[in-house]
Amino acid sequence: MTVQVLLPGALAGLAGGAKHLDLEPAGGTLADLLDALAAEHPMLCRRIRDETGQVRRFVNVYVDGDDVRFQGGLTAPVRDGAEVQVLPSVAGG
Amino acid sequence: MTDLLAIGTRKGLWLARSDDERRTWTLSEPHLLAQEVAAVSIDTRRPQPRVLAGIQYGHWGPTVMWSDDLGASWEETDHGAIRFPEGEDAALARVWQLRPDSPERADVVWAGCEPHSLWRSTDGGCSFDLVRGLWDHPHRQTWEPGGGGGAVHTVLPDPASERVTVAMSTGGVYVSEDGGTDWQPRNRGISAGFLPDQEPEYGQCVHKVAVDASGPDRLYAQNHFGVYRSDDAGGSWTSIADGLPADFGFPIVSSPHDPGTAWVIPLVADMQRVPPDGRLRVHRTRDAGGTWTELGTGLPDGNWSAVMRDAFCADDHDSTGLYFGTRDGCVYASADEGDTFTLVADHLPDVLTVRAARLP
Repeated sequence: MTVQVLLPGALAGLAGGAKHLDLEPAGGTLADLLDALAAEHPMLCRRIRDETGQVRRFVNVYVDGDDVRFQGGLTAPVRDGAEVQVLPSVAGG
Repeated sequence: MTDLLAIGTRKGLWLARSDDERRTWTLSEPHLLAQEVAAVSIDTRRPQPRVLAGIQYGHWGPTVMWSDDLGASWEETDHGAIRFPEGEDAALARVWQLRPDSPERADVVWAGCEPHSLWRSTDGGCSFDLVRGLWDHPHRQTWEPGGGGGAVHTVLPDPASERVTVAMSTGGVYVSEDGGTDWQPRNRGISAGFLPDQEPEYGQCVHKVAVDASGPDRLYAQNHFGVYRSDDAGGSWTSIADGLPADFGFPIVSSPHDPGTAWVIPLVADMQRVPPDGRLRVHRTRDAGGTWTELGTGLPDGNWSAVMRDAFCADDHDSTGLYFGTRDGCVYASADEGDTFTLVADHLPDVLTVRAARLP
């Protein structure tokens, strides 16, 4: 299966400047997708999830437009052909 | 001779240089702009000095970065210099302290972090291992977070032995005599007014500890209420707060050369974290806390800011230089042990950490 990951500009530099990545996760969950991302771009993936595997507090991930926090988090299903968008949340000071 | 001053703030790192015996300073453009830099060190043990920074990307998490060209370029480890081992169900929240060890332990760097943890690097700070002895200590579950988070914020390796002293908010002072395997609390005499037992064995909110120039057994502590000295490596502590306008504050700095000399920057109280009467002042002792002298030449009145625990440091010149930064983004320097101060920078973000070094 192939999944397209959309990155914000702030993270594109860690993917060689690409804002779109096509990944082939081994399974059909968000955790599987992030594992595939970590294998190719470890520094980029570290910006999105911490060492426990959890998505960082101020990072939002949407699978086909749905916030994964309401779709099971790391177990959120990611279908073949899905579009997964990573965005920084509204935070700071 | 160039002196370098690293200034870590809530929104970036600045490097100030002096090429005229610390009379004037030139501030760099910001490095790591918009990243919180809560810990910094200048490791002069290397052929090229290494600036280490404990950073927090606002959204993207914390890590350690380093520069071997004084900020022209920065590097970080792919998988993160500091990461808890699998199975610990813990994630690095912030790097609070980066401390190069002695020249004899050339590539050893210590890191104190949040959550309460101590880390040791043997590759100059590129990667760290969790110090298991402290992480697995049975007391750890009782160490509460202070207002800024629960962290090891002070790491003091003894260059002549295997002793390592740490301080934590909260938790207090712990010492290992074997390089980090076994740890004992050493807080007897330090108050904890926020606990039912006000002199517990551990659990104190010690804000900073410094080692006296006389040797590793004499320590100074700025506590959350109380300034203390120990003459037995933390085994017991006695108050040295008499003569200060207040016993609350965050940093304490000792002279690298002169036994008995140390400096503090008092704040009114934990419920009023501002300089007494709005007068930003450094206080110096020359007799290990027996007496204190207020130092204010060059420092402002009408100042209602505070100095954080790691935002005060000394250099190693014969005439000790002092450097501190405030939460309102001012940085002051003294080349004469605090007798006079000059403004190095202002209008920076909140200053969290400063370190000074002579470049080889």
